[in-house]
Amino acid sequence: MIGTALIGTGHLVRLALRRDRILLPIWILFLVGITYSTTTALEELYKTPESRALLGVTANANSAFLAMLGPLHDTSSLGGLVAWRWGVFSGLFIAIMAMLVVTRHTRAEEEAGRTELISATVVGRHAPLAAAVIVAGGTSLLIGVLQALALIGKDLDATGAFAFGLSTASVGLVFTGVSAFTAQLSENSRVSNAIAGGFLGVTYLFRAAGDAAGESGPQWLTWFSPIGWTEHVRSFGDDRFWVLGISLAAFVLLVGVSAYVVTRRDVGLGLLATRLGPAGGTIGTPFGLAWRLQKGSLIGWSLALLVVGTIYGSVAQAVGQMVQDNPALGQIVQQIGGADAMVDAFFATITQMLGLITSIYLVQAVLRLRSEETSFRAEPLLATPVSRWGWVASHAVFALAGGAVVLASAGLGLGLVHGLRTDDLGTVLPQMLGAALVQLPAAWVIAGVALALFGLFPQFTGVSWAVVSVSLVITLLGPALQLDQWIIDVAPFTHVPKYPDIVAGPLLWLTGVAAVLLAAGFAGFRRRDLTT
Amino acid sequence: MTSAISVSGLVKTFGPTRALDDLDLNVQTGEVHGFLGPNGAGKSTTIRILLGLLRADSGTARLLGGDPWKDTAALHRRLAYVPGDVNLWPNLTGGEVIDLLGRLRGGLRKQRREELLERFELDPRKKGRTYSKGNRQKVALVAALSSDVELLILDEPTSGLDPLMEAVFQDCINDERERGRTVLLSSHILAEVEALCDRVSIIRNGHCVETGTLADLRHLTRTSISAELAGPPNGLANLDGVHDLVAEGNRVKFEVDSDKLDLALKQLVSSGVRTLTSQPPTLEELFLRHYEDAK
Repeated sequence: MIGTALIGTGHLVRLALRRDRILLPIWILFLVGITYSTTTALEELYKTPESRALLGVTANANSAFLAMLGPLHDTSSLGGLVAWRWGVFSGLFIAIMAMLVVTRHTRAEEEAGRTELISATVVGRHAPLAAAVIVAGGTSLLIGVLQALALIGKDLDATGAFAFGLSTASVGLVFTGVSAFTAQLSENSRVSNAIAGGFLGVTYLFRAAGDAAGESGPQWLTWFSPIGWTEHVRSFGDDRFWVLGISLAAFVLLVGVSAYVVTRRDVGLGLLATRLGPAGGTIGTPFGLAWRLQKGSLIGWSLALLVVGTIYGSVAQAVGQMVQDNPALGQIVQQIGGADAMVDAFFATITQMLGLITSIYLVQAVLRLRSEETSFRAEPLLATPVSRWGWVASHAVFALAGGAVVLASAGLGLGLVHGLRTDDLGTVLPQMLGAALVQLPAAWVIAGVALALFGLFPQFTGVSWAVVSVSLVITLLGPALQLDQWIIDVAPFTHVPKYPDIVAGPLLWLTGVAAVLLAAGFAGFRRRDLTT
Repeated sequence: MTSAISVSGLVKTFGPTRALDDLDLNVQTGEVHGFLGPNGAGKSTTIRILLGLLRADSGTARLLGGDPWKDTAALHRRLAYVPGDVNLWPNLTGGEVIDLLGRLRGGLRKQRREELLERFELDPRKKGRTYSKGNRQKVALVAALSSDVELLILDEPTSGLDPLMEAVFQDCINDERERGRTVLLSSHILAEVEALCDRVSIIRNGHCVETGTLADLRHLTRTSISAELAGPPNGLANLDGVHDLVAEGNRVKFEVDSDKLDLALKQLVSSGVRTLTSQPPTLEELFLRHYEDAK
């Protein structure tokens, strides 16, 4: 029974590898390459045991670091530093890889009607899902092993190296399972990815909130996150391989449930059923249509960042507490400027991170234009009296104003909770709204790049995602990797004033840059051929 | 008579491909004009230039007295368009899309909308992603036909419709003609064009090779004759305009240029005709000949 259900899996695996022959090697190269280069950079920076120990004390006292990267468990070797600096992000990136690959070969294929074509040949019912799981899971394992070999190549302890590599692979496996499941839920691959991505975001935040306040905080939260599990492996420290059993169990369970759902549903349909809708409509403007298409994403992002904001807002006080509880840190903290300065630095880092995340929403809102165009849905619209500018503006407003709404929600979450906990809502709330909203001009610049690409070089709009990723990596890792200043300066978020020292200058010129890019995008689209 | 569409010397290239090569097209106000050509001949490219979606490299195009690239919005108020490949928003219902496109064009006739939904047997409550290809096409057709415009531009509008719906479509186009609207109907289905169109333009490799009324074009066509004669045929073989003659005893089969039919028949009568079958020229044949030349 199972045997026939899997017939043709091999062919489908080869088909998937053929389709992804560029994408997968890039992911592998990226995840292994950064492992190697991070090790090299940290080796240069922290040569002596003393310097590593000092880093350990400061890193574990800095809640912004803790929230972003997790605790630094072991400073006795270089490996511990690598695991701390890169482990969480390595997991984050491999999760995105697994998610995109699985959805691309399951729900997206089904949505496009190609699964129907394939299923009519000698291909078992489970073969498409099995092939996607094999490709994504196999790539995850390969990346894990190569990461381990890269670390061993840098003369690090082999056990620790494999603990690290397999930790990364385990996150890839869990998210292979998560996406295999979300692909069964909706008929729409965009929704599948959104649900899986939302799960990734929420579980990342669980671990961030759990870590942010060190031992004073709710550390148990990290056990609810697949990325949190990798921290508990403590690579290059205790090397607790048993923790990886949890990931493996989650993977098996998720794939099993997904395979069961496959046998219970029709090809092309999801578990979430489609209902009949209204026979007539009230939408009568391009903006009305854009609102209909974009509101789900806008509301989802705003709610998500509101929740994120409340989580971080609730941790902030513990950050100050952590410092006071730890006399050993006293001196360092005094140098930085006391407990209040620690809390300020925490908010500065958090709001910057929220700004970076929001730029993903902005780019997604802008790229809706391109997907509307290439799916030929823009054509009948632009054959009505709707002008090209009007159509572009109807979507761009979701990036520009929608981005403000998303960031304000984050600021609201931060300010409300931190304000209530410190009994100073009147001061804290406006401060936090401001700290979140100052990120907006930098996010606009990234949206501007996306719109300029759409208007001037439409076939390269996908490069916008590379721009988002590069700006993320430069902003978060650039200073630690000691990149050249000019590279760091390229990322727009570098120039956002750090809370609480808000100055208008950089905000104005960032807005100016964004305006120029947007204008170029508008003008370019007005002059170019529609893609047909 | 005024021109609703007048195009001359239009050129459009996509990289190395020359999609339109010195194309001329003239559609008079109030006529149903057939725009015939095989896949890839340049029909959709021409239409998209007329809609201001693509920009011509050279040549002139006038639409309802305006410039399709510059006066886009003003012109679009006066026309409705049905693309050959209709894609709908997955989470909007057919009814919502019809009303959206209608409103964007400045309103649609409610009564006509209901009537068309009934005639095309379309359920407007279904979501875009659940419609079949034919039903998506119907959504676009209902939206276009129920709006109050001077010009309808239809790009292979019946692809995916079953023969019953094809007949409904033809009725609708005849209604539009009676209302005095101009229709540009691109198609590769000859029966449809023969049934509906006042005039036809044939396009091949981005160039208009023939234009005129169906009667005009018949001069370029051949009639097939088969006959049984009283005696052996004589003189047919040497007759101007007779092609593919096959004679077996007293039976003959041949094709004759439609404008030489008279002479050929006289020759047959001179041998004494027992039976005679003649097949009128079809556009099909004309069409095939044009493309055979191309091969």
